[in-house]
Amino acid sequence: MSSYSITEPSKRQKWAAGSFVIFYAVVTLMPLLWIIATGFKSPSDAIAYPPKVVFQPTLEGYVNLFTTRTRATPEMLVQAGEPKTWYDRIVRQYDMVIAGPSRYGERFLNSVIIGFGSTFFAIVLGTAAAYAFSRFRVPLKDDLLFFILSTRMMPPIAVAIPIFLMFRQLGLNDTHAGMILLYTAINLSLSVWLIHGFINEIPIEYEEAALIDGYTRFQAFYKVVLPQATTGIASTAIFCLIFAWNEYALAALLTSGTAQTAPPFIPTIIGTGGQDWPAVAAGATIFLLPVMIFTILLRKHLLRGITFGAVRK
Amino acid sequence: MSPTQFERAAEATPPILAKKIRGLSDRAIAWIFVAPTIFLLLAINIFPLIWTIRLSFTNFRVNRPNAEVQFVGLDNYRRILSDADIWLTMQTTAHFLIWTIVLQVLIGFSLAYLINKKFRGNDLWTTIIVFPMMLSPAVVGNFWTFLYQPQIGLFNYVVGFLTHTDPSSFSMIGDVNLAPWAIVIVDTWMWTPFVMLICLAGLRSIPGSIYEAAECDRASKWRQFWTITLPMVLPFLMLAVLFRGIENFKMFDLVVQLTGGGPGSITELTSINLKREAFEKWRTGYSSAYAVILFVTVFGLASIYVKALNKVKER
Repeated sequence: MSSYSITEPSKRQKWAAGSFVIFYAVVTLMPLLWIIATGFKSPSDAIAYPPKVVFQPTLEGYVNLFTTRTRATPEMLVQAGEPKTWYDRIVRQYDMVIAGPSRYGERFLNSVIIGFGSTFFAIVLGTAAAYAFSRFRVPLKDDLLFFILSTRMMPPIAVAIPIFLMFRQLGLNDTHAGMILLYTAINLSLSVWLIHGFINEIPIEYEEAALIDGYTRFQAFYKVVLPQATTGIASTAIFCLIFAWNEYALAALLTSGTAQTAPPFIPTIIGTGGQDWPAVAAGATIFLLPVMIFTILLRKHLLRGITFGAVRK
Repeated sequence: MSPTQFERAAEATPPILAKKIRGLSDRAIAWIFVAPTIFLLLAINIFPLIWTIRLSFTNFRVNRPNAEVQFVGLDNYRRILSDADIWLTMQTTAHFLIWTIVLQVLIGFSLAYLINKKFRGNDLWTTIIVFPMMLSPAVVGNFWTFLYQPQIGLFNYVVGFLTHTDPSSFSMIGDVNLAPWAIVIVDTWMWTPFVMLICLAGLRSIPGSIYEAAECDRASKWRQFWTITLPMVLPFLMLAVLFRGIENFKMFDLVVQLTGGGPGSITELTSINLKREAFEKWRTGYSSAYAVILFVTVFGLASIYVKALNKVKER
């Protein structure tokens, strides 16, 4: 043994701890792996008993997710001729023809537009406010910061009643603009608090030096502070994006058609006779994967993001 | 340093204009920077809140726009607080809150404690464990209804296999006795990593020298755990409980997708109950009062808790 520390756990302890944690991780990952696997099953494999771990993978779920299909009579099938594409062929097994695209694409796009739109505004407004809170003497600063945080404590359903009435009056119900506005307001608390913390960590001397060199306040802000805070702002943006992406309650109450996002839509995917689980799983997989990738990118700032900057590593 | 375009622009600006730009005082800048945020929050949060409070004293119903709106004073509040059904949903919420917090604290802290043993690859496994909490609760909750299916569900199959019972003999979502636990299980699955991450930060903040000193004093491992580890992680743990408490008091998306409040109204948490009153029965005035009561409750409990938290931190 080269070095010995009494606080360092022994090899056996490490091994035992490691196996427990890995066991937990595997168990906790099962539902997620099951979602991904179900997306590649045929409808009959998906509801087989006992649950199938080994199965013939198929893209049926994905085809069903993106298309609407109609049952065709034998004459129609003959008339339609041989299936031309691989997805035509999958559908044809069930004597069906593709009638058109489903709504999933639109709903997914809505999620993208509303997610990125609200993140953009929350970050722009949040960065400005956070900078001011961090560098200037703002009257009632602590009260304002607490007020900003307290907006997150309200149950979404409680806010939804007056928002619903207000949006109806302004014609914002079920519009992209309305949802972007709403999510921007909700995300502002997170962006102000997180970016405030990140800017506080940048030594004020940098800016003072810049000001002495003849920069104006604005120049000092975007040429000295912003470049220093880039990583912090980027990770805050991802957190805002994930929130808007996952939000369900307000989206379900305030949107129904044009601006509906994916979370309220995915559970409503139904096939013939009960829920089409492979299609639901396929929709969920496409929807959840980006977040998993973001989580890996974010892992260093994860703690800070989920605690509004209250805990820093 | 060569002059950048900003500096060149600054040089090219006529002196009077430059003075004007430069002359923008810090106070003006602070105002310009903060105002949009405050304005938006006032418009989207405070204005609606005031509107809700106003509506809570009326009998207004959204689905009857032509009916005369009457001022009913504290009637709505009186009816809510004396409604046995609402007290029942409060109990359901309390059951859900207490059990999810207890389970998440126990499992989350244990996991953090084990991860802190710094075995090889602990960073990788931590990231993997964190996945569930980042995902959309509605989408994941919906899929859990599939895992909970009596005959074909993976959850029932595994539980049946381990306990040697028939997987179709119990229904987590359909059974009155099991449904409250069905939502506790999924919430715990989803949010244990949250408590784990915060506890891990707490454990990592304890300097090793304290343990070395304790070791020199021949304090047993058990004693070290109770007198060093736990007290030093406690503020972190309390913070995690605060976050989970607020979040689960507001809980809506996950449970609505899982059970929809059923069977009957066994898993009807306050948020789901409120949604029914407001958007299915359209009793707008009544549900506004309900919303105000909920908000005051969260805010009140959170403030008391934060005071306690600060006391623990000071020690």
